[in-house]
Order: sequence, then structure tokens, then C-alpha cells
Amino acid sequence: MGAVVGTLTMGERTKGERRRPSRDKIDDDFELSIVCHRPEGLDKLEAQTNFSKQELQVLYRGFKNECPSGVVNEDTFKQIYAQFFPHGDASTYAHYLFNAFDSAHSGSIKFEGFIMALSTLLRGSVREKLTWTFNLYDINRDGYINKEEMTDIVSAIYDMMGKYTYPALKTDTPKQHVDAFFQKMDKNRDGVVTLDEFILSCQEDENILRSLQLFKNVI
Amino acid sequence: MAAGVATWMPFARAAAVGWLPLAQKTMPKPPVDKKSRSDEILFVNVSGLRFQTWKNTLDRYPDTLLGSSEKEFFYNEETQEYFFDRDPEMFRHILNFFRTGKLHYPRHECIQAFEEELAFYGIIPEIIGDCCMEEYRDRKKENQERLAEDTEAENAGDAPLPPDATLRERLWRAFENPHTSTMALVFYYVTGFFIAVSVIANVVETVPCRPIKGSIKDLPCGEKFSVAFSCLDTACVLIFSFEYLMRLYAAPSRCDFARSVMSVIDVVAILPFYIGLVMPENEEVSGAFVTLRVFRVFRIFKFSRHSQGLRILGCTLQACASELGFLLFSLTMAVIIFATVMFYAEKGTKGTTFSSIPASFWYTIVTMTTLGYGDMVPDSIAGKIFGSICSLSGVLVIALPVPVIVSNFARIYHQNQRADKMRAQQKVRQARIRMAKKGATNAFLQHKEDGGLQDGDGDSTPLCVKNRSAFEHQHHHLLHCLEKTTNHEFTDEVTYSEVCVTDSLGFRTSRSTSLSSQQGATTTCCSRRAKRRAFRLANSTVSVSRGSVQELDTLHVTKTPAGTQYPQSRSSLNARTENLKLNCDDYTAAIISIPTPPANTPDESLPNSPAIPGILRNSRSSTFNTQETVKISSL
Repeated sequence: MGAVVGTLTMGERTKGERRRPSRDKIDDDFELSIVCHRPEGLDKLEAQTNFSKQELQVLYRGFKNECPSGVVNEDTFKQIYAQFFPHGDASTYAHYLFNAFDSAHSGSIKFEGFIMALSTLLRGSVREKLTWTFNLYDINRDGYINKEEMTDIVSAIYDMMGKYTYPALKTDTPKQHVDAFFQKMDKNRDGVVTLDEFILSCQEDENILRSLQLFKNVI
Repeated sequence: MAAGVATWMPFARAAAVGWLPLAQKTMPKPPVDKKSRSDEILFVNVSGLRFQTWKNTLDRYPDTLLGSSEKEFFYNEETQEYFFDRDPEMFRHILNFFRTGKLHYPRHECIQAFEEELAFYGIIPEIIGDCCMEEYRDRKKENQERLAEDTEAENAGDAPLPPDATLRERLWRAFENPHTSTMALVFYYVTGFFIAVSVIANVVETVPCRPIKGSIKDLPCGEKFSVAFSCLDTACVLIFSFEYLMRLYAAPSRCDFARSVMSVIDVVAILPFYIGLVMPENEEVSGAFVTLRVFRVFRIFKFSRHSQGLRILGCTLQACASELGFLLFSLTMAVIIFATVMFYAEKGTKGTTFSSIPASFWYTIVTMTTLGYGDMVPDSIAGKIFGSICSLSGVLVIALPVPVIVSNFARIYHQNQRADKMRAQQKVRQARIRMAKKGATNAFLQHKEDGGLQDGDGDSTPLCVKNRSAFEHQHHHLLHCLEKTTNHEFTDEVTYSEVCVTDSLGFRTSRSTSLSSQQGATTTCCSRRAKRRAFRLANSTVSVSRGSVQELDTLHVTKTPAGTQYPQSRSSLNARTENLKLNCDDYTAAIISIPTPPANTPDESLPNSPAIPGILRNSRSSTFNTQETVKISSL
């Protein structure tokens, strides 16, 4: 464990911030389960994302406090979501979300990945946002959203609502929702939605376009 | 919601973008965030120790003082920091809670101090992390037990009786707390003596005495001096019966009393005698009667009222009931196993003493407790081997639960010791506190004497220039206002007694106070004793008005021996004094403390004694048994 800390070299220092070159240090000798990850330089991240330095600092401080090891795993995601949505069961949706964030499928999300996704979602262009959303829906990453995938996603979202809703949830509510979605999105009625269809359909919908701008000032 | 959740809020909101294409309705507008989101460092100054932290850190817990807008009340504009006049050492832990999300309990701190800090900062102690929770709980429980003990002991033992207690209540108190009155103490010792006498008589009457002349056989003393012993026995039983009946009469709840352990012991102790009276001189029945006499030995348990150690022992046994049960159970198991084994091992031996398994029980018990009487000894080799295993295991089995019992006893014993010590020290402490208070309040009288109350002229008198804080000034002003309001003045005992001596006119005051003073005076002249009583002068319509800005420390009740009762009650310092022409020949003062607020109206209008206002002598020494006067002036 001491080796992990001792061999790190300091990157360029900004005022009050420490950024070290990123390294994945899994100490195999001692079979430690602690992975310590440090993100790339602040300047580099600033260049890659749409956040300012201050915003990155705030985000990293919060991130580091919650995950001192520098990575987020799926359990943490589920816990976070469970706290935000205590009424129902948010674990399924959190799982899909995790996969959407974890584009490399490594099982854990580092700060860079987290930041990139946030940047896309909050400050990206409409197309970027919609692409990200498409990737969220496309569970198996085959480039197509079929009805099963969509049903899974929609069921997961409805699960977050919990049991006590008004009007009461019926068993085929998700299915109806999925049908409506496909009605709108699937232009060529081939039973799957491609990225282009998706983006096209969304751009036609005023509501969606407008609501995509809602979360711009979240940070 | 936990702290970290606030950090993840932006992420959760961003992830909501994933719902948008699915949404069937329009999304609501997001809340407008007025304040700037840029993070800033806050300075928190706690009694000089400066802490710095990000604003976001504090915002994590919005329902605490530091996380909410409540902290704005502590903001110092000039130094641009939040100033808290609290313990800086404790604040460290509080701030760490904000930083890490876990609250730790510092082991070296007092638990109450810690809880007070938590309460101040709006943090509930339930979120103490698991690492420290056990320690916290243990210490909290210990503290609560200790406090509960103290208040209980205080209330139970020394709480004074209201003056209108019935005979029954008084009797019960005398029985339960023998040190409250002389009579009770006498009774306590007498019963103790007779218990001892009775037990010794029981023992001695079986000792063989020299035989009567002419007879060869040794007689037990009981038969030789049978008359003497039976008289003694009768006397003891009469006393015990009387005591039991009195207790039964005085008990507030007779059913509960009858069911309590001590009363059962009392009954069992005296019952054999009465049964013997009732029983006819029948041969067959008297055999049973003899067995009953055994129960006389239970009289020794009556000592537990007299001895705290016995009570502690009883408590311990009660507390360790489960350990004792376990001990018994494991012993029984071991006894049965080994007895069986020994029986079968010794079965082959000729003329063996191990005639049956129950007979082997005796051998097993004697061996396991390492007594080894030697009346039963195994002969065969197998028997000897198992016998040795039995004795080795006996030591182990008995040694296991014993430390638990011992530690319980130690704990209860120490608790009792501590309670006693605390009670003894409490009185000393309170006396000292009273003295300190008195010193402070005498300052007002001193101030007055120095002429500080000259209206409008205070500064010109050099005598007035003393080291007095602003607080004292205000306090004195307040007392002065009070005096002006009631048109009475504060004074002290010496002045009072002087004035009283000079006025030799007898004057009757209201009867109610005379009654109460009588009660107060007759209780005791011993100041130490009297301090413990709270004397409530219910209708003190008397002459004396007691003003009290603070707690009244002492009250003097005086009584004239000349038949006319002039109760004058007066606090040693804050009392308003009134001019009263009294017959004050001889005073015995009993000191009592009064917690009640003052209320008084002088009901007789009396001419002002001209000499009074000038005499305001101050005496710093509190001599309680001096003559006193009460000055009363008409409103």
C-alpha cells in the first residue's frame, strides 16, 4: 500500500489542487482490493469537457469525498439512486445507468468517465445528448433498440415509482408506454429503432427539444 | 438523506435526461438557483480556533445549524467569519462529521458535554458511526444510571416531610429511614439488638450445659434453663410482632408490603412461635413442630434491614440469577454423567459403597467440589481413572461462572459505595455553594451601606467607588427598585436583632405564622439538621416580606418563650425587613431554607420606627443562632 503512494510523481500543480498522472494501482502482491485512481490533469479535463475549472474542482471534491478510491462501482450507484428514489426500487434503472456511464465495461467508473458523461448530458449539443440517451436504451449495444430492451428500460423506470401511485399502475402500463414510444420513433416500422430514427424523431418533437435544455445549469 | 447524496444531486439530475424521450408530458421547470454555485471557503472561528471549510461541506447536512441559514446568526461582519463561543476541541469532531459523513465519539470527553455540543449544532447522536456507537451507548447508560441513583436517593432519603403528614406517613418514614428522627433510630437499634439476642439464644440453647445435680447426662442449656429461654423467646417474638404490625399499619400500600421479601421473612420468623401456641401437646404433631423451630433461624435475615452488605449480596444473587442457573445446570449434568460412569465402573467391586447411581451422586459432588471426604472411594482401576477425571473437571466447571458473579457483585458494591459517598459529599458541596452565594448577595447590603443608593448622587461619594462589574450595578439597581416598590428594605441579622432589642413593645402577628414557626422551632435547634428541611410557610401573612431575586438561602424562624409567638421569618440577605414592634426577648433560631417565592403583605399598619432606616449594619458572618429582629414598615 505504501508503494502505491510513494511512487507517484506530482503533475503540474494548480492553486490548491493536486492532480497526478492517472494510474491504476492494484497491488497484486498483497491482494488488496483497494484501487486507487487519480484523474488526469485539471487542464486536460477542462479542455475535454464543457466545464470550467471551478466546476471541475467542485465536482471532483464531492466525488473524492464520496469515493476516496477514485472510482465508483455499481453498488454505489444503486445506493445513491435508492436514496434519491426511496419510494420504489431503483436498482434496475441504476444498473442500466451504470452501464451507460461505464462505456468501457470495466465494472467501475473513474472520474474522467463520470465527468465526460456529465458534460455531455448537461452541456453537450442536442445530438450528443440524444446519442447518449440512445446508448442508455440500447442495452446490448448492438445499435438497435428493440421492444424487449425498451420494455426493460421502461419497467425499470416505473419500478422507481413504487407501488403507491395515482392513478394506480397496471401491469400493462409499461407495455402501453413502449408501444407509444415505438409508434413515435420507429419510422420504418421494422420493430427496431436505430440511432438516426431516434434522433430524427426526437428533433421533431418540440417538447423533447425544450426539455433537453432544462438541466443546463445543474452544476 | 445522507450527506453524500447532496454531492450526487447534479449527477442524478443529469441522468434524468435519459427519461426525456420517453416522457409523455412536458417536464416541469427546474428550480431557480439564486445563489452563486461557485464554492467558497468559509471561516469558522470557534473560541479563537479558526477552522476553514468549503461551503459545500457544510451544505451537505441542511438540517444542522452549520448547514442551514441558522449559522447566519453567528456571522461576524467585521471579521467575515462565523464565530461560535463553544468548545473548540469538540468542534473538531463536529466538523469532521461534515467532512466525512461519520460522527465519532471521542472517548476522553465527558458524554454530557458531547451531547450538549451535538444538541447545539443540531446533530442527532443516533448517527454516531458503528465504530463508536457501543462506547457511546455504554457510557451514556452508565451516566444515566448514576444520575438516576442520585436523584432517587436524594428524593427517597432526605426529602423532607410536609408538615401536614399523617401519623401513618410519619411512621413509615421513620421505619424506612431511621436516621430521620431520634425515635426511629432508637427503635432501629432496639430491634437490631433483639434480633441478635434471639439468634444467639437459639444457638446457645442447644449447647450442652452441666447437668443438674444428681443427673449424669449432659443437658442442652435450653432444657436446663427452659423457663429463661422461653421468656426470652416470647419477648423477642412480641417485639417482632409489634414491629411487623406497626409496619403493616404504616405501609402506604399494604398489599405490596405484605408481598415484599422483608415482610415474608418477618412473618416466617415469628410464625413458629404462634403455631406452637396454637398447637396441642400432641406427640405426633410436636415432631412437626420441632421442625418448625428451624425457621427461627430466619430471624437472622432480618438483619438485612440493618446491613447494607447483606442487601448487596441479595441484589447480586438476583442479578446473577442466570449465571447461577447455568452453574447449577452444568453441575447437575456433570454430576449425573460421572455418577453413572462411576457406578458402572465400580459395579464389579465386592462390597462397594457405590450401591446405586443416586448413591454415586454424593461421591461425585464431594469429588467435584474437591472436598474429598473419603467415605466413598473407588477401588477398581477404571473407577480410579474416572474418579480423577471427575475431580479435574469439577474444578473447571465451578470456576467458569464464578467470575461473572464476582464481577457483578463488585459492580453493585461499587455503585452503592459511590451513592453513599455522593450523598455525603452533596451536603458539603451545597453548604459551600450557599456560602459563596451569600457572599455575593451581601454585596448589595454593603453597597447600600456605602451610600451607593443616594438618588442621583452616586458618583460623588468616594465610598461608592468600588470594583463592581456592570452586572453587579444592574443587579443592585434591581434590588433597589424592589425595595422602592415595596417600601421595605433589605437588612441583615445583626441590625435586625439590634432593632428588635430596642423595641420592646409586644405585638401580635398573625396566628398562622406563629403556628408554622412553632413547628419550625420545635423540630430541632441543631442547625445542621435544620438545613435539611425545607420549611414552607404557607400563609406568611406576617410582618416579614421575603423578597428574593435569588434563591433564599436561609430563613430564620424565631420564637419567643414568653407565650406570645412572634414568628419572624427572614432571609439572611434578601429579605425585606419591616418595622415591627415586637417582644423579642429570647430567640431560638432554626435555620431553614425556603425555595418558595416571596409573598407577603403586612397586615398591620405600624408606625415607622424612626430609628430604623438609619441602622443598616451589615454583617458578613452568618451567625444563625443570634437574636434577630424584623423590621416592618407599613405600605
